[in-house]
Amino acid sequence: MKQTCLHDLHVELGAKMSPFAGYDMPIQYSGIIDEHNAVRHAAGVFDVSHMGEIFVSGPDAEKYVNHIFTNDVRTLVPGAVLYGMMLYPDGGTVDDLLVYKESGPDHFLLVVNAANVDKDYAWMKEQSDGFDVKLDNQSDAWGQIAVQGPEAEKAVCDALGFQEASALSFYTFVDVEREGRRVILSRTGYTGEDGFEIYADPAHIRNYWNILLASGVKPCGLGCRDTLRFEAGLPLYGDELTADISPIMAGLGMFCKLDKPEFIGKEALAAQKANGVARKLVGIELADKAVPRHGYPVELEEGTEVGVVTTGYHSISLEKSICFALVDSAYAALGTPLRVRVRKNTFPGVVVKKRFYQTNYKK
Amino acid sequence: MSKIAEGLLYSESHEWVKVDGNVAIIGVSDFAQGEMGDITYVEMPDVDDEVSAGDDFGALESVKTSSELVAPVSGKVVARNDELEDRPELINEDAYEAWIIKVEMSDKAELDALLNAASYAEIAK
Repeated sequence: MKQTCLHDLHVELGAKMSPFAGYDMPIQYSGIIDEHNAVRHAAGVFDVSHMGEIFVSGPDAEKYVNHIFTNDVRTLVPGAVLYGMMLYPDGGTVDDLLVYKESGPDHFLLVVNAANVDKDYAWMKEQSDGFDVKLDNQSDAWGQIAVQGPEAEKAVCDALGFQEASALSFYTFVDVEREGRRVILSRTGYTGEDGFEIYADPAHIRNYWNILLASGVKPCGLGCRDTLRFEAGLPLYGDELTADISPIMAGLGMFCKLDKPEFIGKEALAAQKANGVARKLVGIELADKAVPRHGYPVELEEGTEVGVVTTGYHSISLEKSICFALVDSAYAALGTPLRVRVRKNTFPGVVVKKRFYQTNYKK
Repeated sequence: MSKIAEGLLYSESHEWVKVDGNVAIIGVSDFAQGEMGDITYVEMPDVDDEVSAGDDFGALESVKTSSELVAPVSGKVVARNDELEDRPELINEDAYEAWIIKVEMSDKAELDALLNAASYAEIAK
């Protein structure tokens, strides 16, 4: 099993460790609820060094990235970050990712899910035939931490000394040099709160981690990373996006620019948009405290199964049981009554907006 | 290191039983609550429901996961700890204080199949 550059520090802190995406990762330190609330109300720091960093450069870099990516990178200025997906020709999702437009001409950084790095890199190489590009998977060379929460800016400016942080708006980044090494300071995140993701070599990442903890930022594990992203309506690859779930089905059509000349999966998405899709991702709020979990059936009052839960929790911030579910499109409208089967019983719920929690991003 | 209370009986599925005459007071072990993390919901049977040894009688939900509660003995539910409805975290705070149900046993011989504290210590790690 792989270890991130912060592994020994997690063990020292007494984190509950568990395998994730081939890495031995911290699930929680003080407890999921405590860590979740720290991010909502103060600041928390996550080790996300397992994420993949793939650099794309060359004369055809822009054309190539636009070919494999659903969103449109042509209008990006250096320092901008864009969210979108890579698709199979049938519209199924290879991965969701961030594209960073670098300052050098024809340079991009693609940040992909840890569990998908090898699959993505192989896919990207396969699609690069005929393009004059260089692909460079540097995932093992970079560490990454995410500092998230309303006090994240203060921590990054004051504790870490990145004065550049204040000027960044959400979904922008800046290159910083520290002792001759490149550090990428990005105002992005996966929690629904303001925050930063910092990419650097392992030595700098360890240093930043220790400084942040000493300044009172709470170490946070993958447990609350999932509860936070879920409340904010953000999908997780493997649950809400898969090779069988297209961005249209997942309600992420806004990140797919069908007015681009071409990209892999465009025809399939256009057809899905025109003809409709069989299943759609919805939010469901339950009246009861029973907790819907991944894989639990979604049913009509009379017992017909019409869908399945993809992620569910008793929400920490909203204090009610909510879930994402993939349901037959006929039952996807807001306000539709649906029931979720939890063990022997079914519990009544209603279709609601997927963004359960009002996000607090810095404009 | 989880705590194992002396004088109780334990099941391999991490429930504890305190015997009070013909009544079995049932909860979950400190090891179980530690494995689950913050408990957010306790699903319990109603008073007068019948439970049978080896079958589930309810469930615990934590933020991350859910776990069925397995009856260590058979009988009729004579009480349930309604305080857990609003304060499920009591199980995290003291798993041996926060009992879940009390069962009037129909067959006390079923207790023989349960583990004592020393034997349970072998599996709760």
